[in-house]
Amino acid sequence: MKCSDFLKELTDYLDNTMDSHTKAELEEHLQWCHNCYVVCNTTKSTIEIYRDSKLYELPDELRTRIHSAIVTKCQCHKDETAAATQLEASEKKSSK
Amino acid sequence: MEAIENKVVEPPSEESVLVDAARAGDIGAFESLVRRYDRNVFRIAQHITQNREDAEDVVQDAFLKAYQNLGQFQGQSKFYTWLVRIAVNEALMRLRRRRPERMISIDEDVKTEEDSMPREIADWSPNPEQLYTHAELKDILGKTIQGLPPSFRTVFVLRDVEGLSTEETASALELSVPAVKSRLLRARLQLRERLNKYFKRRDGDTKL
Repeated sequence: MKCSDFLKELTDYLDNTMDSHTKAELEEHLQWCHNCYVVCNTTKSTIEIYRDSKLYELPDELRTRIHSAIVTKCQCHKDETAAATQLEASEKKSSK
Repeated sequence: MEAIENKVVEPPSEESVLVDAARAGDIGAFESLVRRYDRNVFRIAQHITQNREDAEDVVQDAFLKAYQNLGQFQGQSKFYTWLVRIAVNEALMRLRRRRPERMISIDEDVKTEEDSMPREIADWSPNPEQLYTHAELKDILGKTIQGLPPSFRTVFVLRDVEGLSTEETASALELSVPAVKSRLLRARLQLRERLNKYFKRRDGDTKL
């Protein structure tokens, strides 16, 4: 196996979504290829660091503000839809 | 004689009960869905737009759009995947508005494989995240991911930060599974390359 072949399979290897035969081939390559071993380990660390970083948490104050804005907008939409339906019904009634 | 089939009817999930109630106009039920997913939508929006005000607007607009269009939600995919699709589209639209000079699309692809080939092979310090304070680390990670093309960034965030499966990511972004895999690999390798300069083993680090 060449390093370029290893790289192509890296995502499936890290996600453990490959058949056991291919996995064994990759692991055999990792045993003697230091470069691929380093790339594999540091890519795994990259994913873990981002996953654990809690980058961009939603602060409670902002969360409350966003909730209240969403609920108000949804209520407006609901009222407008109800008013439009009522108007349509009364127009139909008067045209009969 | 006809065989009697025992059909197993699964009870509706708590989420589908909430979706049905919200569809029938129950705003309280919709608010429960907002509480369930607002943090995820905010993170996705902030990762894509790289701007807090835009992310805040995206969360509001995405949930409002979801509420207005609940009638079109077929229930074939998960509500969350459907919501993510709306949120990603809203976020990309804001990004386009802010950077009209650049063509921004989720279909954007990279011309060659070269961009992701490892150039620097250096082992990292043990526990590299501990080399920096929490604030420094956030700054490094934020700056680094910002350098990725939006189409790569989005796939990486959905798949690796939010933990969607490859299939769910493909469905949310309306991409094929091979396209998601290809972007994910390139995103991971590019991020790794860019983080090298911050995390690589320095003289004096204890070897494991």
